[in-house]
Amino acid sequence: MFGSSSHRVVDAIARRVFSTVVTLLGVSIVIFVILRLLPGNAITAQLGVNAGLLSPAQLKSLDHFYGIGQPALEQYTSWLGSTLTGNLGVSLSTQESVSTLIGQALPVTLELGIVALVLGVLIGVGLGLLGALRPGRIGDDVGQGVAVIGLGVPSFVLGTGLVTFLSSQFHYFPSSQGWVSLFHDPWLNVQQVFFPALVLSLGIGAAIMRTTRAAVLEVSSQSFVRTARGKGVSGRAIVWRHLLLNALVPIVTMSGIQLGYLLGGTVIVEQIYVLPGLGRLLVTSIDNRDFPVVQSVTILFATGFVLVNMLVDVACSFIDPRARDR
Amino acid sequence: MSDALREQIPASGSGVEPVAVQRRVPGGVDLLRAIWSSRNGRIGLVFVGLIVLGALIEGVGLAPVNPQTQDPSAVLKGISISHLFGTDQFGRDVFSLVLQGIGVSLEISCIATLIAGGIGTVGGIVAGYLGGFASTAIMRATDIVFAIPAILLALAIVTALGPGILDSALAIGVGYIPIFVRVVRAPVLGLRNADFVRAGRVLGFSRTRVLFCHILPNVYGVVAVQASLALAWAILAEASLSFLGLGPPPPTASLGQMVSDSSSLASFAWWTLAGPSVAIVVAVIGFNFLGDGLRDATDPRTRRSR
Repeated sequence: MFGSSSHRVVDAIARRVFSTVVTLLGVSIVIFVILRLLPGNAITAQLGVNAGLLSPAQLKSLDHFYGIGQPALEQYTSWLGSTLTGNLGVSLSTQESVSTLIGQALPVTLELGIVALVLGVLIGVGLGLLGALRPGRIGDDVGQGVAVIGLGVPSFVLGTGLVTFLSSQFHYFPSSQGWVSLFHDPWLNVQQVFFPALVLSLGIGAAIMRTTRAAVLEVSSQSFVRTARGKGVSGRAIVWRHLLLNALVPIVTMSGIQLGYLLGGTVIVEQIYVLPGLGRLLVTSIDNRDFPVVQSVTILFATGFVLVNMLVDVACSFIDPRARDR
Repeated sequence: MSDALREQIPASGSGVEPVAVQRRVPGGVDLLRAIWSSRNGRIGLVFVGLIVLGALIEGVGLAPVNPQTQDPSAVLKGISISHLFGTDQFGRDVFSLVLQGIGVSLEISCIATLIAGGIGTVGGIVAGYLGGFASTAIMRATDIVFAIPAILLALAIVTALGPGILDSALAIGVGYIPIFVRVVRAPVLGLRNADFVRAGRVLGFSRTRVLFCHILPNVYGVVAVQASLALAWAILAEASLSFLGLGPPPPTASLGQMVSDSSSLASFAWWTLAGPSVAIVVAVIGFNFLGDGLRDATDPRTRRSR
């Protein structure tokens, strides 16, 4: 490659990494402010009304234990420091270390998220392409129908409906035996993950479908496609090399954005399908007002979302040289 | 759901189009007629009309039965003339409960949309018109809030504030502010140098007057479209929160809570799941399609082929 061009790529990536770090710092401040500085703190959460019975000296020592008495800035920096070194604190309700809890829950959510993303991209790109290549035909109508369902039917309605239908008609609810890992019983694990992932994937699939359809339609009206057709390039090659490749940037960007929906969706779907993942951990911790866990899981979700979108931008600058100058 | 709407938002910095002429946005009957002329707009108007009508009927006390009245002799009865959506495990009329749930849901969603739309529109206008440090600061803050998946942000805020109606509305609204900032800022960037704005400046009008009398009327269209989409997202988010047990506590009726309660009943009393689900789906699709119709009606440039 030419020196100047690869230099530009490195430059663009460096700028993107820097802005990601700034965003993540901002995210940590926002979450810290919401969960630590708003009324109600770990002591009242832990002891409830009993907090009122404590002597001032006891309160002070508890404050010290939870690190509440210090000025906000000091609390923030010490929390950030320990978080960055991997010390996420101790759960208030189970007294286990937060990193242990997250370590157990993360693989479940990761598996669910990856399967849902793959399904969503397959559904979205497939139906979007079908709709764009033959607008107004039956495939297009199917796509539009899926889009409306994905847009209008919330994942918890779809999930509850599907669970009820399968368990009442076919007595089928693979999660009833408790979660099994992929390595322990692969077939049962696949069944446990497939339906929640399908529920999640319809929502993101709808958005990816509409993006794909619009992007492919736009590309296919351009003259280079007509030229390719005119010089006898096969239909398949046109679809893959000309249409899809040029529509890839919006599709990839959209998929990255939809990850936010996916992460929020895991919270709900894991609840319905009783999967012991991060979302379920988050809801349980909210019920117990277990602030260290809520804080860490929220930060983890946001960090994942931000990092993936950074990777998406970097990927786009490799797919499309024009994206580097933005 | 939430983020399905994000695809319509121009990324910050892009979507800058020079707007030279002050475009008249149709109002009143003309606007309704323009929305009615597109298929999605028609569906949106009908669905939203049904939802608002339902909330009004309950609001003025015309619901068939008091939703909180328990009738031990009519537990889990199926659909009939006296109980349009059947009854639940306490013998309450599901139809009346759904109407009440729609009312609560609309109340929370409207407050959330007012919060998001109010703060977001002012932020977008300031960021677009003033530029410089104010713009950078606003856009940075927007990016940061945008980086936290909206439903998780709502969960965190509800954890801190508690599950009241105003708390839920705030929790849901905050996550939507960045979207309003972005969609409002894009056209304002173009309007900044439009002739009629320059003329206002030359005539010595105050900055406030230019902002509110000349710029603001030109972004009504995008704000209205976005408000409709925001309502759809807010209804969805409210239902999700209450599904997780984090909405307003009983006896406040709530559609999400009803879906969650029905999960153990639905296998033999499907109407307990169907009633609230239909209401949520009709509301969400209605406001989304109304937003599409409004967009087509107010902005000819984005009019779609179908």
